[in-house]
Amino acid sequence: MDELLSVADLETRFRTPEGEVAAVAGVSFAIDPGESLGVVGESGSGKSQVFLSIMGLLAKNGRCSGQVRFRGEDILGLPAARLNALRGSRMSMIFQDPMTSLNPYLTVSRQLTEVVVEHLGLSRDQARARALEALERVGLPDPAARIDLYPHAFSGGMRQRVMIAMAILCQPELLIADEPTTALDVTIQAQILDLMRVLKRESNTATVIITHDLGVVAGLCDQVMVMYAGRLVETGSVREIFYQPRHPYTRGLLRAMPRLDDIQDGLLDTIPGQPPNLQALPPGCAYQERCPQVYPRCRSERPELRILGPRRGVACHLELGP
Amino acid sequence: MIRSSPPAVELQHDIKGRSLWQDAVRRLARNRAAVASMIVLAVIALLAVFAPMLSPHPYDEIYWDRIQMPPDFANGHWFGTDSNGRDLFVRTLYGARVSLMVGVLATAVSLVIGVIYGAVAGFVGGRVDDIMMRLVDILYALPFMFFVILLMVMFGRNIFLIFVALGAVEWLTMARIVRGQTLSIKHRPFIEAAHACGVTRTGIIFRHIIPNVLGPVIVYVTLTVPQVIMTESFISFLGLGVQEPLTSWGVLIAEGARLMEAAPWLLVFPATLLALTLFAFNFIGDGLRDALDPKDR
Amino acid sequence: MAARIMIAFAARRCLSALPTLLIVITLAFFMMRLAPGGPFDQERALPPEIERNVLAAYNLDQPLWRQYLDYLADLTRGDFGPSFKYRDFTVAELIANGFPASLQIGGLAMLCAIVFGVGLGTVAALHQNSPLDYTVMTFAMTGIAVPNFVMAPLLTLLFGVYLSLLPVAGWGDGAWANKLLPVIALALPQVAYIARLTRGSMIEVLNSNYIRTARAKGLREGLVVTRHAVKGALLPVVSYLGPATAAVATGSVVIETIFDIPGTGRYFVEGALNRDYPLVMGVVVFYAAMIIALNLAVDLLYGLMDPKLRRP
Repeated sequence: MDELLSVADLETRFRTPEGEVAAVAGVSFAIDPGESLGVVGESGSGKSQVFLSIMGLLAKNGRCSGQVRFRGEDILGLPAARLNALRGSRMSMIFQDPMTSLNPYLTVSRQLTEVVVEHLGLSRDQARARALEALERVGLPDPAARIDLYPHAFSGGMRQRVMIAMAILCQPELLIADEPTTALDVTIQAQILDLMRVLKRESNTATVIITHDLGVVAGLCDQVMVMYAGRLVETGSVREIFYQPRHPYTRGLLRAMPRLDDIQDGLLDTIPGQPPNLQALPPGCAYQERCPQVYPRCRSERPELRILGPRRGVACHLELGP
Repeated sequence: MIRSSPPAVELQHDIKGRSLWQDAVRRLARNRAAVASMIVLAVIALLAVFAPMLSPHPYDEIYWDRIQMPPDFANGHWFGTDSNGRDLFVRTLYGARVSLMVGVLATAVSLVIGVIYGAVAGFVGGRVDDIMMRLVDILYALPFMFFVILLMVMFGRNIFLIFVALGAVEWLTMARIVRGQTLSIKHRPFIEAAHACGVTRTGIIFRHIIPNVLGPVIVYVTLTVPQVIMTESFISFLGLGVQEPLTSWGVLIAEGARLMEAAPWLLVFPATLLALTLFAFNFIGDGLRDALDPKDR
Repeated sequence: MAARIMIAFAARRCLSALPTLLIVITLAFFMMRLAPGGPFDQERALPPEIERNVLAAYNLDQPLWRQYLDYLADLTRGDFGPSFKYRDFTVAELIANGFPASLQIGGLAMLCAIVFGVGLGTVAALHQNSPLDYTVMTFAMTGIAVPNFVMAPLLTLLFGVYLSLLPVAGWGDGAWANKLLPVIALALPQVAYIARLTRGSMIEVLNSNYIRTARAKGLREGLVVTRHAVKGALLPVVSYLGPATAAVATGSVVIETIFDIPGTGRYFVEGALNRDYPLVMGVVVFYAAMIIALNLAVDLLYGLMDPKLRRP
């Protein structure tokens, strides 16, 4: 088995006062070494929860089941003490909000060096050299002068660079970026995406980019998964997703993308309605309320993900007829 | 892009007219400690109000032949009698009257001062806010109980002075809470809309800001009442508060503590009632906080 | 660089503490002088000459502003004036006489409050919603709802009277057995409050994004808590230390009275019951100065802990 990560039937549930909610309802996929995967969906589609489950970082009221293999080893639900051998060294994660994801009470150098001290057993001096090197790589200006500062002295973009540096310190095999640019200014977003692209080219790290913005995926990923209401609705290569989308939701997302080259009447298409309430999903397809091409069958029978090729799948009744 | 403005009709079927307050009431009703506390408080309050009708004994009548008697159901001294031969049951309930009244009135004083002060500071903002909150900081650093006692010493032990003194002490936290809330809502669109419509500042403070800071204020009020009751009891315990023949829980506990070896009931009954009341208010306050702020569980 | 910013920060805070102290003194002074009835108009009126002499002896024949300035000048020399009740002592002597006992009781109570409060709160937060958590929180609720003047007699009744393990009251020249119950009674509400505070802020911090980052880095849970969570979680506790000191000082008044401990607090109560204005006022000013100084220390500690505050 040469897959880096394989996920089968992953389910993630949260206990809430109003009952149990399935944020992820049976998701399967695989990532090859060095591959780049984009995961696209609206807020609440479960895209972040998939990877928080894999990393063992679910909130306290969350439980997950299924199978997750990292290099063939089953890692789902391992106790934190065993997961810690992987987390931060062989797989690492970057979070959405760089303003709150760094510890405000510790210097940046402390937060960086502790990773390599913990995982690689380096001395303080070696760790510091390693941290400086990583900050250099992510393009933080004048790292030697900044490394001993506290995070509040950094701008949002710089903090996200620090987060990225922290994630690549141990040269992980898998790097998960959860909406790495959402909280940043547009110009900074472009810089961070450039950085991710460069890092991808320079290393053999497999990357996962979780985003609600298809534009981010276009320039950065090989494969794409589209999620809706806790399930995969379509998977495929970037070309397939962009040029031959098969699910109405994917098409809706594409139409809702602003494009510079195609100025019609200045209005963006939108997908009408709201993501469904996960606690009261209708029978059948979760997208039925918003789908422009809904069949009667969509209201009673939930479409399973049909495998169309080695890396291609869609969960929709549309092409099968009513 | 994707989260583009949805038509209003679509929104409604999801959030079906269950307001924040209805939700809070539902959650509060599910909190057993809070519900039990409300019942306990209601019973204590009713007992306090109807105290004179419940017992055959007046609160200040001295029975020379029944001094410091243990509880006795035969002659209606359910809690026994004190060292002056007065019925402890009625005296404890009269103490409840004083304590509850002080609690409610002093809290009301603190509520009025704190809400207005905090709303003005938060709403006007800028230098005015700086100066007003600096003053609160300064007052916060003072050992207030000492000042209340100083007041008692200087101006005599007047029960109305207790209301005012305690209210004047407790408004500080209220002002801080209200200011914080005001700051957080003052830039919300509905306030700016009110500005744009030409509503006066006073109008905005009273009609928009104050109703919207109500939640945290209610929580704090339920937690201030026991605070005030405790403070009043403290002062009376030291002999600086309510004066004979009137009584309060603090006075009764002080006497009970003095005589506890010979007559433990003199301590146990008032102390239990005071503790029950304080527990009840605290549980209700905590329950309300959880009910209004469900994320904090 | 950091040191200079820190010193500037400290200097600013010190400067702002002085006006607070002045306000306390002024308030106390005028409250006392404006009170109806002088300290000497008791049952019998004194002959006019004697009254004049008495007033002159206590400097009460001067205009008010003059008295105020004199009082301020005296204070800077540590002179709180003579006591009305204990004619042979000055107020300063009485405070100095009582303070060692008060400091021991109060200091030990604060120490207990911090150690047990933070400890219990952290344990409860780490085992959120477990039976252990509920036990600690029930204990904390009890500590908050039962006032110390109720707790103290109950403890005495149990350990002193029924079990006869500890002395019921008295100072016994500072013997441990005599200090135990007063310290417990005084510390209990603060232990409870700090435990609740610590639990709440610890839970909040443990759910924060930066703790998730620390876990994503593969740090041991022990390190996550001690290195990453504790500092942020303790900040609210540190800022509560000021009010806690004030509460302990206040509580010591009643605890010293109940346990018959010869401390400053008991002098204060006796002064208050006897309308010994200079004594009452002296104690108020003394405690206020102490609490303001402690608040200042807490502010500085907070500044040391929170890097955001260190910016000029």
